[in-house]
Amino acid sequence: MKKQLLLTALGAAIVLTAPLATAADDELNFDAYREMLADGNPAELFEMEGEELWRTARGPKNATLEQCDLGLGPGVVEGAAAQLPRYFADTDKVQDLESRLMHCMEAQQGIPSAEIINGSFGKGERGKLAALVAYVVTHSKGKPIAVDLSHPKVKEMYDMGERVFHYRTGAMDFACSSCHSQDDKRIRATQLPNITKPEGAAAGWGSWPAYRVSNSQFWTMQHRLWDCFRQQRTAEPVFASDVTIALSVFMAGKGNGAEAQWPGVKR
Amino acid sequence: MKKLFIALPFVLGASVANADQIQTKVEQMMVSSFKANGIASIDRQKQDAVQKACSGLTPPDAETMKKLEAAEMATIKWPSDGNFTGGDWKEGQKIAASGRGLTWTDKTPDNNGGGCYNCHAMDPKEVSEGTIGPSLEGYAKLRGNSEEVVKYTWGKLWNSKAYNACSDMPRNGYGGILTEEQIRHVMAYLFDPASPVNQ
Repeated sequence: MKKQLLLTALGAAIVLTAPLATAADDELNFDAYREMLADGNPAELFEMEGEELWRTARGPKNATLEQCDLGLGPGVVEGAAAQLPRYFADTDKVQDLESRLMHCMEAQQGIPSAEIINGSFGKGERGKLAALVAYVVTHSKGKPIAVDLSHPKVKEMYDMGERVFHYRTGAMDFACSSCHSQDDKRIRATQLPNITKPEGAAAGWGSWPAYRVSNSQFWTMQHRLWDCFRQQRTAEPVFASDVTIALSVFMAGKGNGAEAQWPGVKR
Repeated sequence: MKKLFIALPFVLGASVANADQIQTKVEQMMVSSFKANGIASIDRQKQDAVQKACSGLTPPDAETMKKLEAAEMATIKWPSDGNFTGGDWKEGQKIAASGRGLTWTDKTPDNNGGGCYNCHAMDPKEVSEGTIGPSLEGYAKLRGNSEEVVKYTWGKLWNSKAYNACSDMPRNGYGGILTEEQIRHVMAYLFDPASPVNQ
């Protein structure tokens, strides 16, 4: 069954790679192409791997993640991603899906967070974490984004995220706002959401994590932000660090109420 | 009851926090959440005067802008031999098209692209062009090549913030993104009558 799905997905990826090369030249519009792909989103493969990881006893403690509390109670996956990031009393931290899963992996399975923080995207435990993300977000597909900004710690993260969004620094003086604060702008052929507006914030927050056809990779929001900072020419953001949480709260909070399209599919 | 008890200290904490404290926390976070990687050192997380002034939700007042612009103007290095536009437009085209350089995955801080097409239209035949900056199609055909226009363009390429402190454009010369020779090539791409930009 798993193999069959894999082959189907690979077939879809091969067939759909052909129109990709000319898409930018023809119309500078990826929407139609994305619609074509949405039915057979290869992120399904990662979702399946993630579901298996969720239920498999692993790590030094040989435990599953079925008691992991993503905010709606131990083991509740349905709708959990749509309400993240949120404040968790047990860690006294505002956590996004990735930092929360990382916490569960350490607390319940004994897998050290340092291994994930110091790892690389797509590899080892950080790679497994991405598959878990695919599994969890799929269970919030079509749910309205609902981040609770009434909690003071969440609100503070939102305010900090908004300032970070406009914080110019690095070798080219860029902030997030350099590219994402106006309507209908492009970098080359890539459309840029205006994240200072609810619809743009929802478009950004609600379409990552996503499967990227151009490199056949599944990218989480942590991965997306990491590459934004790379292109912003800053130093490297630490995985699940405060700056990534603050920006996530800002985007999610700004996009509150819109439907999440997880997992997305991107060029 | 228990819930209320837990929540109370945070409510009190939040009421004390003011905008200045949040700003201080943000500045600390912009360093502590990052690490150096290759050529991307942690120094990149510290803002200079222009970066700091232009990071607010609203731009600085006119007087502050003028002061910042004057300071940036003083950093512009004008061509010592007066050669502003004598570069090779074909080289300039390559520099304009390349958005590479200065990320933590680049091995060297040299040989960077100008990334011009990321934000600007230049050659009317190029369709994959960004729209954040104004179109530069027909640059010299429309603006001519008077000393004033040529000098302004060199200055804008060297340090865009000298003309608009909060410009979105990187400071190519001042920031060590492009060399003087590379800027001369980009100038040729904009001004040479044979350049595709002016067709």
